[in-house]
Amino acid sequence: MNFETTIGLEVHVELKTKSKMYSPTPVSYGAAPNVNTNVIDWGFPGTLPTINRGAYSYGIMVALALHADITRHTHFDRKNYFYPDNPKAYQITQSETPLATNGYVEIEVGGKKKRIGIHELHVEEDAGKNSHEDDGYSYVDLNRQGTPLVEIVSEPDIATPEEAYQYLEQLRQIVQFTGASDVKMEEGSMRVDTNLSVRPIGQDGFGTKTEIKNLNSFNHVRDGLAFEQKRQIQLLMAGGAVRQETRRWDPAKKETILMRVKEGADDYRYFPEPDLPPVFVSQQWIDEVKAKLPEAPAKRRARYVKDWGIPAYDAGVLTLTMEMANFFEATVAAGADPKQASNWLMGEVSGYLNAEHLELKDVALTPAHLAGMINLIADGTISSKIAKKVFQEIIKEDVDPKAWVEEKGLVQLSDPAKLTPIIDDILDNNAQSIDDFKNGKSRAIGFLVGQIMKQTHGKANPKVVNTILMTEIKKR
Amino acid sequence: MSYFNQDITKLHAALTSGQLTAAALTHATFEDIKRIDPEVDAFLTLNEEAAKAAAAAVDAAGINADQPLAGVPVGIKDNIVTKGLKTTAASKILNNFVPVYDATVVEKLQAAGAIIAGKLNLDEFAMGSSTENSAFKTTKNAWDHTRVPGGSSGGSAAAVASGQLPMALGTDTGGSIRQPAAFNGIVGLKPTYGRVSRWGVIAFASSLDVVGSLTRTVRDAALTLNVIAGHDDKDATTAALAVPDYTAKLGASIKGMKIALPEEYLGEGVDPKVAAQVQKAADQFRALGATVDTVSLPHTKYAVPAYYIIASSEASSNLQRFDGIRYGFRAKDVKNLEDVYVRSRSEGFGPEVKRRIMLGTFSLSAGFYDAYFKKAAQVRTLIARDFEQVFANYDLIIGPTTPTPAFKIGAKVTDPLTMYMNDILTIPVNLAGLPALSVPAGLVDGLPVGLQLIGKQFDEQTLLQAADAFEQATGYQDAIPGGAN
Repeated sequence: MNFETTIGLEVHVELKTKSKMYSPTPVSYGAAPNVNTNVIDWGFPGTLPTINRGAYSYGIMVALALHADITRHTHFDRKNYFYPDNPKAYQITQSETPLATNGYVEIEVGGKKKRIGIHELHVEEDAGKNSHEDDGYSYVDLNRQGTPLVEIVSEPDIATPEEAYQYLEQLRQIVQFTGASDVKMEEGSMRVDTNLSVRPIGQDGFGTKTEIKNLNSFNHVRDGLAFEQKRQIQLLMAGGAVRQETRRWDPAKKETILMRVKEGADDYRYFPEPDLPPVFVSQQWIDEVKAKLPEAPAKRRARYVKDWGIPAYDAGVLTLTMEMANFFEATVAAGADPKQASNWLMGEVSGYLNAEHLELKDVALTPAHLAGMINLIADGTISSKIAKKVFQEIIKEDVDPKAWVEEKGLVQLSDPAKLTPIIDDILDNNAQSIDDFKNGKSRAIGFLVGQIMKQTHGKANPKVVNTILMTEIKKR
Repeated sequence: MSYFNQDITKLHAALTSGQLTAAALTHATFEDIKRIDPEVDAFLTLNEEAAKAAAAAVDAAGINADQPLAGVPVGIKDNIVTKGLKTTAASKILNNFVPVYDATVVEKLQAAGAIIAGKLNLDEFAMGSSTENSAFKTTKNAWDHTRVPGGSSGGSAAAVASGQLPMALGTDTGGSIRQPAAFNGIVGLKPTYGRVSRWGVIAFASSLDVVGSLTRTVRDAALTLNVIAGHDDKDATTAALAVPDYTAKLGASIKGMKIALPEEYLGEGVDPKVAAQVQKAADQFRALGATVDTVSLPHTKYAVPAYYIIASSEASSNLQRFDGIRYGFRAKDVKNLEDVYVRSRSEGFGPEVKRRIMLGTFSLSAGFYDAYFKKAAQVRTLIARDFEQVFANYDLIIGPTTPTPAFKIGAKVTDPLTMYMNDILTIPVNLAGLPALSVPAGLVDGLPVGLQLIGKQFDEQTLLQAADAFEQATGYQDAIPGGAN
């Protein structure tokens, strides 16, 4: 029997606002427990929520970047459930009238393009965090409580774990380029829950789906889905039935593990949030957000290829993160040749960042300094060998490459009036090498150049040296 | 010396003329409370020390003519949070809860120089019409201690009517200010929804709850509203409208005012003697130059069931935060998380609160939402439309505040439905979000009854103007428990 797989993804993205979704408390990471909280976050009696319009604008921005239709008349709803990390015992979300509907993400798998539909996006508040300690107590930290989230619910258009991976990669990139979120799985600013079901090809209805939670990376999503797909098919082939379950991915065992069996749908008793007035999203509001929407990564890639002749693959690498793309464009704007800028960023810069586990924002390198160095190579001031030395300096220190090479005396020796006496001197002392060269041993030139370089401490311009050397040998 | 039974206006005159200091008044007030309250049981918590310090500070600063509440002792219903002063909502689940912040209305009263004398009894979480649902005590009607003071702001009404305070704040979700005001022969004002901030009001039903005042006179209600009204950044449902001077139209003639009297408000279930007082009131308005016509509010009969679904649904969600985790009562010897929830809530909430949580939870449940909550929301729209149609042609609606005068303690506790029907005349106003006021309309069998005046949205001025004219013409407010003032 042949099966087909249906996958839907629910992605939570933390919005990068200064304050929380419904309270004025600042949002921050790594603070001591319960420091960034107030009476609203504690769910104290008598407190009321207010709407963070900035967070809502970020939500609109993400929705626009995903080509979704913005809901004009909307209200918030309460999702009711008891849990210690949920102090009001309800989450303020949008159930009936989500922020936006009907968007899409375009992916490419095996050279084929495919559109994955986005059913809806809605804004809501994050919960706090529970932790269970060895002392037998459970602790609640409400710092995260109320952090603005946008939940992005895909259509069940995803057919393979690889498509899911590509969808997430594209989604992450698109959202990251709006600047509305850091979208980092490892920091929890992007979280993914998956739904997967299989059915024999030709069957009308969907099969019973299982959910996977606690996925920490896109690779885990792909691996978890692949495992789940196989598990469900094997179960059905053996005459069994899939139960509606929530499972988690265990990366060590490389398998999904049952968390709980879902018996019927959870009843969250949604109803309109009476403490917040309805929100009307005017065309003016949408236009204002649209005007601030940064250029999407796909558009940037196309522009790099068309305007600057960057290969498509390189354009893809340069647009993996907005920081890299912005750095690249700024380097070009500072006067660097686009192809050289791309080569340096994809080569030395990325190599350094990967080796040191750093990001562009963590290093001293600026687009102006990178462009300056590239131009020093182009105009012959330094050799590409010296450039590597310069690079090691400007990535760590905020120094102007031109001033630095001058200060360190690393400027290339290109003046024939200065080079000719040195070369003549070397030739005078190496008559044998001249003979060898004249007898057809071309390697002798290499030896002579080496001697010249040694004499000039590597500063001699190889091109100029070559020209003078040939002229001087011919004279002898 | 006692300032028993004085109103804000007279106290302010004494305070500014130098006859009286805030310190002396506050001292006398606590003497009165200690003398009277053991019989009435209006207070849950006294704020004596802080009140005396606040009074001394007011005296030191001096009282200006434009601060009518400065130095005046006031009471706060105990579902309104007060920083550092125990706030219980008359529930065991909050029996030791000391808030860390002040409600906006409390901040505003304090900024106006009012002296917070203490916290007043109510039905648990404002759910009830008699204060018999308080976890701590049953407050007595100021006129007859065997009768209920009404509710849920029963403590606020009884404290004012028994002469202990000139003003107390209450909250009104389905009549909880107007009904006890009527039962105690005083003035109860429920402003328009969104006129007064709910920040710091322990929520019962968020789309219906309104803070208002219980006072001896209409003028005092206007003076209080001047202080507590206004937009609040902390309450997104407050209106961004300027606050007029609510005393501006007091004393102005109501000649030509168009008043409507809905036939449904004098129908089945309304005591004929109460109805007769309302007819007398209508004649009084005519005598003052207004017209009074009979109109119809056809959806009135659906108001009580719609209200109990909407209010209970919101309450079921609002009261979930009382879970024994962060504050308030937690059951002892709990085994696990579910035990904390189930036992803390089972032991912490009283029977009426549990009944409404169950009703609300049911109404919001999957499969029942459309038939109950959604239908009730539609009924609410129809009721609001009934009022809009009448207000297209009229300035004001009048009717009885309650179907009967105050009933005996214990008479209705075993029959919640009869208790709910007692609010039939006040509930439609909350569903429509309108301002309304209960003003004394004379006595029936020796007990006070109230005349309810209902105004257009945010038109408290007309409401106060008409009520003041009525009060000045009738003098009903001068009748006090045990004889004339």
